[in-house]
Amino acid sequence: MADYLYLIPLFPLIGFLINGLLLGKLSRSMVNLVACASVAASFVVSLLLFFDLKSLPPDSRVIEQVLFTWIPSGTLHVNFGFLLDPLSAVMILVVTGVGFLIHVYSTGYMKHDPGFGRYFAYLNLFTFSMLTLVLANNYLLMFVGWEGVGLCSYLLIGFWFEKKSASDAGKKAFIVNRIGDFGFLIGMFLIFWHVGSLDFRVVMEQAPIVFIAGSGLVTAICLLLFVGATGKSAQIPLYVWLPDAMEGPTPVSALIHAATMVTAGVYMIARTNILYMMAPDALMVVAIIGAATALFAATIGLAQNDIKRVLAYSTVSQLGYMFLACGVASFTAGIFHLMTHAFFKALLFLGAGSVIHAMSEQQDMRYMGGLKKYLPITYITFLLATLAISGIPGFSGFFSKDEILWKSFSSANGHPILWAIGFVTAGLTAFYMFRLVYMTFHGKERMDDETRKHIHESPYSMTVPLMVLGVLSVIGGWIGIPHIFGATNYFEHWLEPVMAAGKHFAPVHTAAAESGGASTEWMLMILTVVFVLAAIFIAYLFYNKRTELATAWRQRLTGVHNLLLNKYYVDEIYGAIIVRPVINLSLFLWKVVDVVFIDGFINGFATMYDGSSEFMSKMQTGRVRSYATLFVIGVVILIAYMVME
Amino acid sequence: MIDITAAGLDFSLIAPEIALLVAAFIILLTGYVRGLSNLSFTIAFIGLVVGIALSVGQWGQQASGFYGMVTCDNFGVAFKVMFASITLLVLLLGTRYMKSRGILKPEYYALLLISTMGMMVMANTTDLVVMFLGLEIMSIPLYVLAGFARRSLESNESGLKYFIMGSFASAFLLMGIAFIFGASGTTELRRIVADIGFIIDHHRIFLYTGVTLILVGFGFKVAAVPFHSWVPDVYQGAPTPVTAFFSVGPKAAGFAVLLRIFLFGFAGLAFLSSVFWVLAVLTMTIGNVLALRQKNVKRLLAYSSIAHAGYILVALAVGGENAISAAVFYLVAYAVFNLGGFAVVTLLETRSGCKSDFVELPGLSKAHPYLSAVLALFMFALSGFPPTVGFFGKFYLFAAAVKANFIWLTVIGVMNSFLSVYYYLRVIKASYIDPSEKSWAPVTYSPAMLVVLFITVIGTLGLGLFPQQLLQFAREAIFAFL
Repeated sequence: MADYLYLIPLFPLIGFLINGLLLGKLSRSMVNLVACASVAASFVVSLLLFFDLKSLPPDSRVIEQVLFTWIPSGTLHVNFGFLLDPLSAVMILVVTGVGFLIHVYSTGYMKHDPGFGRYFAYLNLFTFSMLTLVLANNYLLMFVGWEGVGLCSYLLIGFWFEKKSASDAGKKAFIVNRIGDFGFLIGMFLIFWHVGSLDFRVVMEQAPIVFIAGSGLVTAICLLLFVGATGKSAQIPLYVWLPDAMEGPTPVSALIHAATMVTAGVYMIARTNILYMMAPDALMVVAIIGAATALFAATIGLAQNDIKRVLAYSTVSQLGYMFLACGVASFTAGIFHLMTHAFFKALLFLGAGSVIHAMSEQQDMRYMGGLKKYLPITYITFLLATLAISGIPGFSGFFSKDEILWKSFSSANGHPILWAIGFVTAGLTAFYMFRLVYMTFHGKERMDDETRKHIHESPYSMTVPLMVLGVLSVIGGWIGIPHIFGATNYFEHWLEPVMAAGKHFAPVHTAAAESGGASTEWMLMILTVVFVLAAIFIAYLFYNKRTELATAWRQRLTGVHNLLLNKYYVDEIYGAIIVRPVINLSLFLWKVVDVVFIDGFINGFATMYDGSSEFMSKMQTGRVRSYATLFVIGVVILIAYMVME
Repeated sequence: MIDITAAGLDFSLIAPEIALLVAAFIILLTGYVRGLSNLSFTIAFIGLVVGIALSVGQWGQQASGFYGMVTCDNFGVAFKVMFASITLLVLLLGTRYMKSRGILKPEYYALLLISTMGMMVMANTTDLVVMFLGLEIMSIPLYVLAGFARRSLESNESGLKYFIMGSFASAFLLMGIAFIFGASGTTELRRIVADIGFIIDHHRIFLYTGVTLILVGFGFKVAAVPFHSWVPDVYQGAPTPVTAFFSVGPKAAGFAVLLRIFLFGFAGLAFLSSVFWVLAVLTMTIGNVLALRQKNVKRLLAYSSIAHAGYILVALAVGGENAISAAVFYLVAYAVFNLGGFAVVTLLETRSGCKSDFVELPGLSKAHPYLSAVLALFMFALSGFPPTVGFFGKFYLFAAAVKANFIWLTVIGVMNSFLSVYYYLRVIKASYIDPSEKSWAPVTYSPAMLVVLFITVIGTLGLGLFPQQLLQFAREAIFAFL
């Protein structure tokens, strides 16, 4: 079975080739079939390989398949190979599983779009790239996948490119990501420079020998890689592209900008965990950025009125949680949250898509309300996902978020302040999510009559994926139940072999963190749950029971509200201090340096050559005697020179 | 060192030459028999294949015969194989053209074979007089071939100009050999090498004058500036397949002897490097600059052949193993893609009234997409783009120059190659971008032409992707040369 590893990325690639090459020649149902079947096939192979891997003893759970030597160039030797270990196994299951559901959903969502062929070709290409990213056995191939998903993200954000805002959003995503990629590349070069290989297994084996733990070099590498992660995974300061990316079709937001691509940064850090363990300073930066992003994005989410934008900021915030987990050296918790988040956030986006679909493309929640009775399936599944993301006990998000909060408090790399930020964010998350639910599904119907007439529940192709994801949102967390409940944390055990090497570099646990571990953990957990319930109650009061309270508070806090509504003016600040100077500089380079100097220089040369060409052509008279004269002159000069030697 | 005196008449050393000569004689004899004249092509073909096979058989040998007049080594053999292969391709690409112009005579084949045999003689010796002999055997058929389209004024002009200028150059060459003989008492390079110190001390002026005049004589054949003026007129006037032959065959032969004489015989004369430095720079620059304004593809290729000679002259300025093998590599590569380019031009000119002016090209890409893609490929190869072999040709040459610390020569060479992109791309632009009004006459491919295009395309791309084989060949070719 292990020999069939390459099939996992291959199937979506074939799907892309069929749909891409036969664009416009296949019928709609054929396109749907090819797109969904290719991802389904990948999912089946992934499952089989997962069980294969599971049947191995924990310490030897690694399947590596080298297909061919990709770059044999001097000291740089890169294989084209795939690596399946517990970590990438989780990733491929999420990517193909959630990916498949979203493909199915898309067949309903994109039913009326003339560009369906192009859409599914891109979606398959994305799946291929994402699988390459997570299955790559070396940094360079991972980077290929990394860039591939970036490309697909660009293409799909700007899918409706005739709309200027969409094509602008695509460009913004691409350009912002380039900044991150720059860091990633430099980090990769540094690894190659010092280790002499980009192969994950070699790097992980060599790292303790080549690098000195805590040295500036390994810290620099980790920080540079993290710059790449902040771009791809939308963290401060490079998160600005993700909210704009909502211009793309909603299933794309679910797949790329919630469940899979944006988590690539978390995956990459978990993959590189040994280096990060050797660089506690870098870990601290990751934790701080993660916590800050979580809080910052959650506060923006409080005031947004566009249903997808709320979810977008929520995604940024939840990604912040994942980085917080990584930053406190609990990569397992980060990946765990990555997985549960993939379930419930994909569901939230798909549910929002269903709402938008029903509301004739209306995305502003101020014109919604009372949709509960029109969209029962959407409502119930959406509610499940909301409970999950809010961290209500029993739902998947509870377990993963609780683990992160506990680790940020108790881990030797953690700090009570980090916990406090996570704690506050948990409350904010519950508040803005229930605000969204109440504004959308409850209360007065605020849409116009024309829209109301067209409201309908989505077709089965869309609701069935919602239901499957609804189930996953509830039970997805049960594989990682914390020890204090007396259960086994299967997820942690599963990932243990991948994280084992890095554990050597973990600081020795201080007695303080260990003592009274269980009782503290219980206390913090209960505190969080109570806080979240309070937040939900406030949301209920503000946006359902007594909406005038919300208005009153909004007026009382106009300044703060405007600040949040305008997203802290970050886009404007970036525009003023970065974008505008860059544009001015390019204008100068173009109009002055390029047009005047470079073009002038080149044109001057061209004119000179043209002139000399004309002059010399005149010497080409066609008369033999002039040729002979030139000949003799040449001979005389040569002889004169030689004789003088 | 081979013992010169011991070796007497050993006909196996000149077997390839004999094969070509015999084939040429058979063609001349049977050409007058009605019914047998159609066999000329086949006989020439067989003669060349046998010639190649016999040459290949000499590979690895290290022998001298005819009392030192003939020397058989890998270097000469490599060139002999190259000459015969070039002629074979020319044979295949030109037949349809010559027939369409009504000038396909048995003599055409015979002259090509004899000229090729002359080149082989040039490459197969270390004696200056034999080289001269080979040069004349090569050149006299070329004069006739240039004027082969008897009823065309341009062709007549071409033949006559080539003849006048050629004899002029031969006179200088012979004079140079005489000076050398006067200075050293021999025309055999190995003896000169042995005595060079003595000769310099006692007959410096004679020696230097002789060396200069020899350089002039062969410089003429490879079209080095300022001995290049004949090239555009002769190339344009001659029948196109003949031009194709001119542009690669005699040039390769000229370089074979230049490399042998100046990097083996007179390698001790350090100042020659600076002379070649100047010649290389002049040749490539003037060839390129003159090519800029051409409006005819054939004439453009004529100037481009001057420029390419300039690049190869870099190897003569640099010297050393790397440079010589790079030059051999370049000559093979250039033969492949330049013949390819001429094949396309020949194909286009097979249509009546076409003279391959730029104005005739627009619309080619629409009417004949494959042909225009092939033409574009050769233009890219000529300008030295990867992944064509043109890139590696230049790369190895300039790499050798950089390694030997000829930085400025390399810079000028790269700048020149950059400049040349302009006019090669003009051909592509004309066939792809320029708007066309008239409809295109159909182009008919003869099977022979398809074979030529196939070989040259595969060679251009294949050697560009896997240059290692050819480089290995070039390295072995100069084994025991120095």
